[in-house]
Amino acid sequence: MSEEPVVIFKSVSKIYQMGEVSIPALNNVSLSIPKRRFSMVLGPSGSGKTTLLNLIGCLDQPTNGTIEICGEKIAAISDDMMSDFRAQNIGFIFQNFNLIPVLTAFENVEYPLTLLGMSPSIRREKSLSILESVGLKDHARHRPNQLSGGQKQRVAIARALVKGPMLVLADEPTANLDSKTGASIIDLMYTIQEQYGATFVFSTHDPQLISHAQDVFSIRDGELIEHHTERG
Amino acid sequence: MNILKIAVRNIQRNVRRSLMTILAIAVGTMAMLIFGEYVAQVFVSMETQNVSRSGHISVFRTGYFKYGSGNPAAYGIHDYQTFLKLIAEDSILKPLINVVTPTISLFGIAGNFDADASKTFFGLGVVPADFNRMHLWDEHHLKLAAKLHINKLNEQDETHGFIGVGLGRILGLCEPLNIPDCDKKQSPETTQKSTIQDKRDFSSLEEKSNQITPESEGNTVPRLDLLAATAASAPNVVSFYVDKAVTQGVKEFDDSIIIMNFKLAQKLLYGRGEKQAVAIVIQLNKTEDIPIARARIDKLIKEQGLDLETKELTELQPFYTQAMKMFAAIFSFISAVIGVIVLFTIINTMSMSVMERTQEIGTLRAMGVKRKGIVVQFILEGALLGFIGATLGLIFGSILAQIINHSGLTWLPPGQASSIPLKVLTSGVSELMFDIWIIISVISTIAAWVPARRAAKMKIVDALGHV
Ligand SMILES: Nc1ncnc2c1ncn2[C@@H]1O[C@H](COP(=O)(O)OP(=O)(O)OP(=O)(O)O)[C@@H](O)[C@H]1O
Ligand SMILES: [Mg+2]
Repeated sequence: MSEEPVVIFKSVSKIYQMGEVSIPALNNVSLSIPKRRFSMVLGPSGSGKTTLLNLIGCLDQPTNGTIEICGEKIAAISDDMMSDFRAQNIGFIFQNFNLIPVLTAFENVEYPLTLLGMSPSIRREKSLSILESVGLKDHARHRPNQLSGGQKQRVAIARALVKGPMLVLADEPTANLDSKTGASIIDLMYTIQEQYGATFVFSTHDPQLISHAQDVFSIRDGELIEHHTERG
Repeated sequence: MNILKIAVRNIQRNVRRSLMTILAIAVGTMAMLIFGEYVAQVFVSMETQNVSRSGHISVFRTGYFKYGSGNPAAYGIHDYQTFLKLIAEDSILKPLINVVTPTISLFGIAGNFDADASKTFFGLGVVPADFNRMHLWDEHHLKLAAKLHINKLNEQDETHGFIGVGLGRILGLCEPLNIPDCDKKQSPETTQKSTIQDKRDFSSLEEKSNQITPESEGNTVPRLDLLAATAASAPNVVSFYVDKAVTQGVKEFDDSIIIMNFKLAQKLLYGRGEKQAVAIVIQLNKTEDIPIARARIDKLIKEQGLDLETKELTELQPFYTQAMKMFAAIFSFISAVIGVIVLFTIINTMSMSVMERTQEIGTLRAMGVKRKGIVVQFILEGALLGFIGATLGLIFGSILAQIINHSGLTWLPPGQASSIPLKVLTSGVSELMFDIWIIISVISTIAAWVPARRAAKMKIVDALGHV
């Protein structure tokens, strides 16, 4: 690994507390995710993939251990600062697409840019250009309910990437798509990752999807059992 | 920009729920407006009636207000003409004043010997021209004088005047005065019949001048003999011709009031002694000028070293103030109830909205929207519902007000004996409208803030996990 990793986990544990019961979702995980690479978190259902991605995405705090994202120690910053940090550095792609239903495809893509206070003309230019990259220029004015699942996920990919974030997190982005559409979405993510030079972290329970991955982190029952690196 | 767009579209998205919410707010706003306009109408009509009867400010001899009504003769204003002139010609008061006039209040016994009936009366001596002019006072353009058939007091003949309808009934004048609800044969026989001759003797006390009244007129205009004690405590009698039986809406008053010419009252109260006035009544052009005018009059009294004091509308008519307070309290209560309904409607609607959009909230937060941003988003939506509802409510309310005012409905206001058309005040209520709009909007915003805060406090991970 020639460059500084984007994500560094040191002995991170996450325990969910459900009343009396504590559910260990991640157990003493240490890992580092390299910059500008396509990484994959692989594991069966309930293994802790979402929990891991939530921690990487600064959506949650670990119970134990330290996390460093883009050189920032995440533990002790305020909620507002964390929000700003996410707005600038992290893009999310969700399993359920999570588009804002009342906004058009274009407006959904544009939204993260308004959070960064960009001018309307720049927003427009960037949004249209990335919509073109995901092949949805003609659907810019469509609302999410007028789009197919695959199209929705393309819009979501555009929304995650439009601000040029350091880190893009995709939690099972193909789980709600048929295999053909899923494959095309993964192809798209791969191309676009190369094009934008973002660091991608992608989770799946489907081992068939690992073909593109440059780094594969296999987890089971909250523990990192294998880290496989290709090239680089 | 984005926030407003999302707010508007979310309101449009759940049309049915938004409409129901807006409608509830609009109906509440409308009810508040209509009732507020109704109360405003009651206020101005009560004000108009009171002001047209008794003016804005009265000047008495010091002590009259507390002790004098038992003995008006002892609390007369000497040399009232000079004081009248002083007020009427004062450069500050002149532009403010509509009427300044002397009055006399007195008590006595009225007798109608043709019907063998007599009754104690409360007499009000007024200058007819001034009395008539005062009754035309209409700062709020209500045209009540026309609606209530205010009668003009005879300005030529000082022996003519009005009596209360109740007094007319008691004195057996139902027929000549056309008094309604009058079964004159109903009155039980009393032992007073035997004393007719004694009563007849009153007339011998009358001054000669009053005795010469053409009998032909007496056929149509009923005549009463009024007996009172003069300032010198001597009995005194005058003849009085009743032009009309009138009502003030208060039974005790209607059963005893006699409105007579000031000069006749003076004759009755002061006999051949010094002619005084009991009060100087001042009617202003505008009620709002009371404080300035009163201060000026007080200053004049002080400068002249006079033994006089001033009283204003609210002190002279405690009932007026109480009624105003009561209506204001009812209005506040109704407004509070409506406010609470609006509050809960918005809280309910916005809570449902927050619940349905939990995942959206999680997504927005993940993208970097701060807690405050979520609060603003939902408050804006609630406030928007409130604005639209309040605005529609004011529009509907204004339309309904016009319908009410043209519906021909009538009602019996406090202090009135006969029904008048049901009206709500539609002019000069822009301040009321603005206040209601602000109140509803503020309530909506507060209401939306409750679920908005809940939305903002959710853990992002939980919100995202919510499907
Ligand atoms: N909010 C929560 N409260 C309590 N327990 C939780 C919560 N979220 C996850 N868990 C538990 O933590 C463990 C890991 O869950 P996680 O969602 O990270 O798994 P996953 O690998 O993403 O599974 P899947 O493939 O089904 O999405 C599971 O046992 C799950 O039940
Ligand atoms: Mg998961």
